Amino acid sequence: MSNEYRRITKDGLWDNNIVFSQALGLCPLLAVTGTATNGLGMGLATTVVMVASGLLISLLRGIITPQVRIPVFVLIIAVLVTLVDMSMNAWVHDLHKVLGLFIPLIVTNCAILGRAESFASRNTVMKSMYDGLMMGIGFTLALVLLGAAREILGSGTLFSNAVQLLGSWARFIEITLIEDYKGFLLIILPPGGFLVLGFILALKRLLDQKLAGREQQAIDASAKLQPETS
Amino acid sequence: MSTPKEPQYRKRVGYQAVLLGGFSTLATALLVAGNIATKDDIKARQKEDLLRSLNQVVPTEYYDSDLLDQPLSIADKRGDNLTVYRGLQGMQVNALAWEVVGKGYAGDIRLIMGVNAEGEVLGVRVLSHAETPGLGDKIEVAKDDWILGFKNHSLVNTSNQQWRVKKDGGEFDQFSGATITPRAIVTAVHDGLIFFQQHTDELLRPPVINSDDEPLQRASLSE
Repeated sequence: MSNEYRRITKDGLWDNNIVFSQALGLCPLLAVTGTATNGLGMGLATTVVMVASGLLISLLRGIITPQVRIPVFVLIIAVLVTLVDMSMNAWVHDLHKVLGLFIPLIVTNCAILGRAESFASRNTVMKSMYDGLMMGIGFTLALVLLGAAREILGSGTLFSNAVQLLGSWARFIEITLIEDYKGFLLIILPPGGFLVLGFILALKRLLDQKLAGREQQAIDASAKLQPETS
Repeated sequence: MSTPKEPQYRKRVGYQAVLLGGFSTLATALLVAGNIATKDDIKARQKEDLLRSLNQVVPTEYYDSDLLDQPLSIADKRGDNLTVYRGLQGMQVNALAWEVVGKGYAGDIRLIMGVNAEGEVLGVRVLSHAETPGLGDKIEVAKDDWILGFKNHSLVNTSNQQWRVKKDGGEFDQFSGATITPRAIVTAVHDGLIFFQQHTDELLRPPVINSDDEPLQRASLSE
């Protein structure tokens, strides 16, 4: 059982990461990752929606038939996002002013429907919520990484405006890395998002290859040992 | 994972229809409930936001009334209705604020401008824009204090010729690499002042106290 949860964790964070492996959810990804703070906000909001949709869809999986599942999932996710949007607007208005732009964008994130379809509709409530959480955290990591890379290259700062999102305690993570930096406009504009994402994807492939190579070596080594012992 | 045997009734079209219809009804009910629960709070928050942006262009010492009370609605030269918020001191209109729109490099730039009773600009702020980051976004007060340069300018102390960016022979700076954005704002503010000039009487007329109000009630309110 715990093995299965370890599998889900590894899937969400690395092996099957929404952005780096499945290349899903690129629309919100490229739109908001001009700064690391924006990426963090979008990632957190998406995580909340993914956990909630995992809960609801795995609860209802017994009564939803395969023939109508897609419209029902879309309906559930859309209602969820709208309710989150409305309640944030009413009760945490300052946060909503920062994140408000991104929340409707969550609906366009096909990764949520993807997880509903491929995981939550087939697994227990606990597992589905855990999967939503891990996938969400993996997505958040990807957004923050991409946002940070673009922000450093594009404007020479890191986590600017984090205070608006997290409150005044977060002032210490707002860093100006390069003083008097004129900025590199291309990286901030959408094409820069594609460029940086391309480099990060390439880097992940390289890392995966290296890891696979090491595993292969280990297997070869144990295979060599085998005949000696027998 | 072994799937439990599917009962026969679930394969019928009727079940699918009821399922889909049921979920749609449920979704609608939830959204209606959510809307009712949050409507008033959202309206209150939006009012606070509006007041906060109005206070950036109309300092509080200019009025002792409720800025959001009885806004005027006047058609501008294009026929669009402008909502003008009035700040009263005693019974005199002492400051006005309204929204103007400039045609920027990347779509509309929404601005709010405040003007005193003599037609001098009290302040201008950008409400929303989509200008290029790093070039045109110096119009935001958080990035640059260029927008503060409009203060105290009026049609009297600045001629029509001077209401332009320096490149076009006027008074106001442009940014290096971005002329269209500041030009749009200068034009929008200038148009705003012309609007004030054309409607001065209407704008400065003190609001009529509703004659339906019973005098007794009014007296008790003023206490």
